[in-house]
Amino acid sequence: MRRTHWVLALVALASGLAACGEKPQSLAGKQISGSPPSWQGPATVFTASGWAVGDQRSWQTHMQARAQAQNENVRLGMSR
Amino acid sequence: MPWGVNRRRVVTLNDGVPGEKSISVACMHCSDAPCMAVCPVDCFYRTDDGVVLHDKDVCIGCGYCSYACPFGAPQFPGNGTFGLRGKMDKCTFCAGGPEANGSQAEFEKYGRNRLAEGKLPLCAEVCSTKALLGGDGDVVADIFRSRVVVRNSGSEVWGWGTAYGKPAGGATPKPAKPEGSK
Repeated sequence: MRRTHWVLALVALASGLAACGEKPQSLAGKQISGSPPSWQGPATVFTASGWAVGDQRSWQTHMQARAQAQNENVRLGMSR
Repeated sequence: MPWGVNRRRVVTLNDGVPGEKSISVACMHCSDAPCMAVCPVDCFYRTDDGVVLHDKDVCIGCGYCSYACPFGAPQFPGNGTFGLRGKMDKCTFCAGGPEANGSQAEFEKYGRNRLAEGKLPLCAEVCSTKALLGGDGDVVADIFRSRVVVRNSGSEVWGWGTAYGKPAGGATPKPAKPEGSK
């Protein structure tokens, strides 16, 4: 009788803890094979200069700078 | 790009009326994209950079994404007497598709992959007044902040009232009840 109580308690504990999981909240969706990341290039005659093809960090820095270049105040030297 | 497809549309509010406003609408690359949620063949995917793309080889042209999208981004080439609907086409943020970057197959289906060339989307780069900005959200927000500071106006320059005008005076009157209603 006492052993049955122990088994029931263990089953209840295991099922209770099983509900404590956390759903993944990452925004990264599924990846379709054959869709390489943008920083991998390839290098073509149309590739913008100023970054190393295949270098993720270089691509990110280049894109940040290119986006900042849209700021007319930066181009005119009026940015604060 | 197929005929009849507009990846970006300019909608003019109060067209012809003094003070008309134009807004440019395209795919918003939503974080929780409804098109992705309703697609029965699961042809949508998201890149590491947060761009929502789709696979035209998987798309069956059902149109569910078009009904689900609040911005009217998914477009369908139509032809024939009964308006045969083709594969869905939408703004790709100039990031191509699932084919190899810069390949001819990718170019023919989705247009040029400018991100893989180290460039921003074409619409943003050619916008002469820079009303349209492309890039990471932090950078775009920083440009807006810079504009507010340089133009010597506070945060009040942004918002619904500035964009669409404020009520002439007092609260907006309630619409009259139709006759016969209680």
